[in-house]
Amino acid sequence: MKRRGFAFDLGIATAVLVVLVILPILFPSKALIDFAIRVAAFGIFASSLNILVGYTGLVSFGHGMFFASGAYAFGLLMQKAGTSIPTAFLLTVLISAALAVVVGAICVRLKEIYFAFLTLAFQMLLHSLIISWQQLTGGDQGLMGGIPRPPFLGIDLSDQSQLYLFACATLVISLLLMRHLMQSPFGYTLRMIRDNAERAQYIGIRVWRMRLAAFVLAGTFASIGGIIMSLLMSGAYPEFAYWTISGEAIFMLMLGGTSAFLGPTVGTMMLLLLNDVITKFTEYYGLTLGVVILLFALVFRKGVADFVVEEWRRRFGENQA
Amino acid sequence: MDPAALADCLKTTSCVVTQVTSGLIIGMLLFLVAAGLTLIFGVLKVVNFTHGSFYMLGAYLALSVYKITDSFTLAVVCAGAGVALFGLVFERLFMSRVYGSNVLMQLLVCYAFILMMDDAIKLIWGAEFKSMGMPAAFQRPPILLAGGVIPAFYLFLIVIALAIGAVLWLVIARTRIGKVVRAAAHNPTMTSALGINTGLIYGAVFAAGGMLAGLAGALAAPVRSMAPGMGVSILIESFIVTVIGGMGSIGGALAGSLLIGLIRSFGSIGFPLFTEGIMFLFMAMVLVIKPSGLFGKDI
Repeated sequence: MKRRGFAFDLGIATAVLVVLVILPILFPSKALIDFAIRVAAFGIFASSLNILVGYTGLVSFGHGMFFASGAYAFGLLMQKAGTSIPTAFLLTVLISAALAVVVGAICVRLKEIYFAFLTLAFQMLLHSLIISWQQLTGGDQGLMGGIPRPPFLGIDLSDQSQLYLFACATLVISLLLMRHLMQSPFGYTLRMIRDNAERAQYIGIRVWRMRLAAFVLAGTFASIGGIIMSLLMSGAYPEFAYWTISGEAIFMLMLGGTSAFLGPTVGTMMLLLLNDVITKFTEYYGLTLGVVILLFALVFRKGVADFVVEEWRRRFGENQA
Repeated sequence: MDPAALADCLKTTSCVVTQVTSGLIIGMLLFLVAAGLTLIFGVLKVVNFTHGSFYMLGAYLALSVYKITDSFTLAVVCAGAGVALFGLVFERLFMSRVYGSNVLMQLLVCYAFILMMDDAIKLIWGAEFKSMGMPAAFQRPPILLAGGVIPAFYLFLIVIALAIGAVLWLVIARTRIGKVVRAAAHNPTMTSALGINTGLIYGAVFAAGGMLAGLAGALAAPVRSMAPGMGVSILIESFIVTVIGGMGSIGGALAGSLLIGLIRSFGSIGFPLFTEGIMFLFMAMVLVIKPSGLFGKDI
């Protein structure tokens, strides 16, 4: 099959961005805009987790740690230091990357389930720290008092529709970057490590270093999701660091599928939509969502995007054979 | 954070005795739950994330039986048996389908059941907090030891939990059934080639683990209030315990439980908001230094 390059991805990204810009003009609804911003935040978050789960074969239970570090670092920088949004954005990403280097260096040495446990432990450690360091973080109340959103370069993020455009642009750019990285030789090295780490080691790949690089990359992108969330909520809450947020991200991956690049984003949309629909129609949220999860885990056994990709390959693969 | 209060407590024997006792009962209840979790992991190599919900189910079953029969003994027995049956069905119908696939699938199946069981409890018993009240047999004056107060029920809890732990150890280490279970844990293919029904063993181990969690829930019912969602915190704690003690090691579960119990009871004086943090810090340290846990076999 012909490999489509970066130009193709760029074209698709631009097209999607254009559609996203036109969308609120066609359907001017506050709920839709709010929904789209949440999809952007969690879409970046879930896709970044897929760098670890889908591409590198590292199942992290503690990815929410970077979502929270993004939201809190950004919120604190804006509240206490009074920096401009682009500076705070950049600093937050750097802080989260540094955190990921430290945590990753300790975690990636461990195998499978122990890696999952250790990442979970670090995430809950951050959660406890947020809860107990009340002077700085506001404890279980969260980062209260709103996050100031001063205009920059003529963009005013306190305006919901401009925040929407900012979130969409961030989503598309982040996805494009991740896609590009995953299609690079580095991305294929990660896949090889996932499939056979021992073999990768034998041909001279420093598995430990590559895993760490993937971990830092994933953590960095996850923090961008956190930043968008903190902008939307105008605050940061300890729930961002709680283990359930990592659980939800994993469920988004499974819903959408881990093998297609856009799977996690599709899964994010599905889960958020499912949440909204279920809470609207029934008070038995857990029972309904539980049945849906069981259906995916036991009957379908893969995500929606996996089905689409397989169908695509079956149809168009045969044409070329 | 209040380290001064902790230092004050450590100076008086009465406070130390009270806190150690409360740490012991937290630890012993945790041990029952964690022992089940570690048993299931040791044999089946899966982490049963629904274990906290098993504990919750045990507590609610005990509540209902106690309300109807007014007998605490019967309540505990029925809770143990009921959750064991639930565990058996859960393993045979659902978990057994995802053994071959990756951890994520097992996690998802468990997650689905956590959500569904919380809602089911809400449907059957209601969303509000419930409490069982102290059974008449234990409504007697507490024992005073060196100025510390020890309720009679606490002593009973510690003794019964130790007894259950001892029985569990005896069955696994000294009986033929235990031998078969250990064989299935060590090499399931070989065990089934010798004509032993490993599926049955897996189901039985899940039932035994469920029974332990159910017993713990029932025994805790007089001293703790219950609400849907109560399983999560006990799941996380027993999870920390098993990782610290070593996944699959019952002795490790005992040591880890006592440790966490004491951290909880003394931590609630010194640093109430960070006790969970201390537990996770401990778990992280153990994982970094010896991933297989303090009592686990090296991997």
